[in-house]
Amino acid sequence: MARMKFLCDADRCIECNACVTACKNENEVPWGINRRRVVTINDGRPGERSISMACMHCTDAPCAAVCPTSCFYTTADAIVLHDKDLCIGCGYCFYACPFGAPQYPRVGNFGGRGKMDKCTYCAGGPQADNSQAEYIQYGANRIAEGKLPLCAEMCSTKALLAGDGDIIASIYRERVQKRGYGSGAWGWRTAYRQDVSV
Amino acid sequence: MRAPLRLVLAAMLMLAAGPVLAQSTLPVTDAARGTVSAEEMELQATLRGDIIRGRISIPDSRAANLIQPEGREWREFHNVTLAWIGGVALIGMLVVLVLFYLVRGPVRMEGAPSGRTIQRFNWFERANHWMTASTFIILALSGLNITFGRHVLLPLAGPEVFSAATQWGKIAHNFLSFPFSLGIVLMFLLWVRDNIPNRLDLVWLRAGGGIIGHEHPPADRFNAGQKAIFWITVLGGGLVAASGYLLIFPFFFTGMQGMQLALLVHGTLAVLMISAMLGHIYIGTIGMEGAFDAMGTGQVDYNWARAHHALWVEKEVVRARSTIDGEPRPVGAD
Repeated sequence: MARMKFLCDADRCIECNACVTACKNENEVPWGINRRRVVTINDGRPGERSISMACMHCTDAPCAAVCPTSCFYTTADAIVLHDKDLCIGCGYCFYACPFGAPQYPRVGNFGGRGKMDKCTYCAGGPQADNSQAEYIQYGANRIAEGKLPLCAEMCSTKALLAGDGDIIASIYRERVQKRGYGSGAWGWRTAYRQDVSV
Repeated sequence: MRAPLRLVLAAMLMLAAGPVLAQSTLPVTDAARGTVSAEEMELQATLRGDIIRGRISIPDSRAANLIQPEGREWREFHNVTLAWIGGVALIGMLVVLVLFYLVRGPVRMEGAPSGRTIQRFNWFERANHWMTASTFIILALSGLNITFGRHVLLPLAGPEVFSAATQWGKIAHNFLSFPFSLGIVLMFLLWVRDNIPNRLDLVWLRAGGGIIGHEHPPADRFNAGQKAIFWITVLGGGLVAASGYLLIFPFFFTGMQGMQLALLVHGTLAVLMISAMLGHIYIGTIGMEGAFDAMGTGQVDYNWARAHHALWVEKEVVRARSTIDGEPRPVGAD
């Protein structure tokens, strides 16, 4: 089985936000929730980089480790998913997540949080593959159809790569060798305790 | 245990420097193209406990945090440190109480009950005590369930039942915090003047109180042990409530580091308070003969009161006499 990862080549990302839009549309993500976002560091200064960030589907995922109801599970492709029927909206996964991936619809009184929503790597949830119930709760299940996440598939500059970690890392290394520079794989150290050294 | 301790110390420091740290972002080091290194920035952020932050084009400012490696430290606190503190404090207290009961047994009343009673707590004090106590028990159980339930109840109840119970527990926890906080405030106002520590408390503590020692050093309305419970309740409960309201209103008053710190303070103080309350419940019920009446009916036996709170009884008697006797008044002077 593959070990699915995301890799954002920040030297290619042009901050067009097409990945954000594609994700929202493909998964019918509710209003106010962004499963993917583009963050620009050193904005307007030399060394500016834009990075498209979502759930990184960590090895030894912190969200799963702190969840009071143990609603997370990892698929055979190492994709970190969760069961919204078991989620109580406590917000702990957001405190533990290094990437700010968990999102909560605001429901009810106080800061009442609904069931957590996050990037599913376009792999749906625990419901039957590509069922209506799965689509309503989690969005598309492209993995079950043999396709990769739409954000990476739509990326116009091919900055955002999705797929088996070894394969996308080798694609990235090849690019860096060819062009002579690269800022590295953002989040890989934190998510996978690994970096893409060339 | 050394690493978790260091974490708690670091947390206490963060408490002082929290607002400053929360604002800091990584400085721009290298400017030229190709010299920004993801690996380097993540390493630095991990070492400094910083957040790699940028600009975002959506309204949610929290989304501008690209990577916050200290989520890992919070996880370490939540899964390891808090579990240790809670486990040792709660199981340790239970073991101590059971051993104490077996060795010392309940503290018996000295001499026979007099048959006459004296009012120790009026209806308002008792109502407030039980409002605070009953909500505290539900808050404690639902809080412990959030922290330990997945290891204890989840294997027994199964995921669906456990999740439903935890969801209701969370709702109860949020709403019952209001009567609990009100109870803490009223307790403070009702009892603070009788709980100021003084020289008598040292004498009482030196004699080991009436629980460990066998004599009853003179005490006023509250002895040193009761004063300790009062301050644990008022200060601990106050801090737990304050940090809890930060958590109920997520990100209204503070940012990511503030929320993580609020949960650290809330969880640590809460398990310590539950442990202290176990001791309080023990002494108030099976641990001491005659003690429960004070909060039950509000009337305690005169001899019990004389033994445990001699100075208080003297004052009450003097006060009662002065109301009854008073100055002799001529008939019809009212």
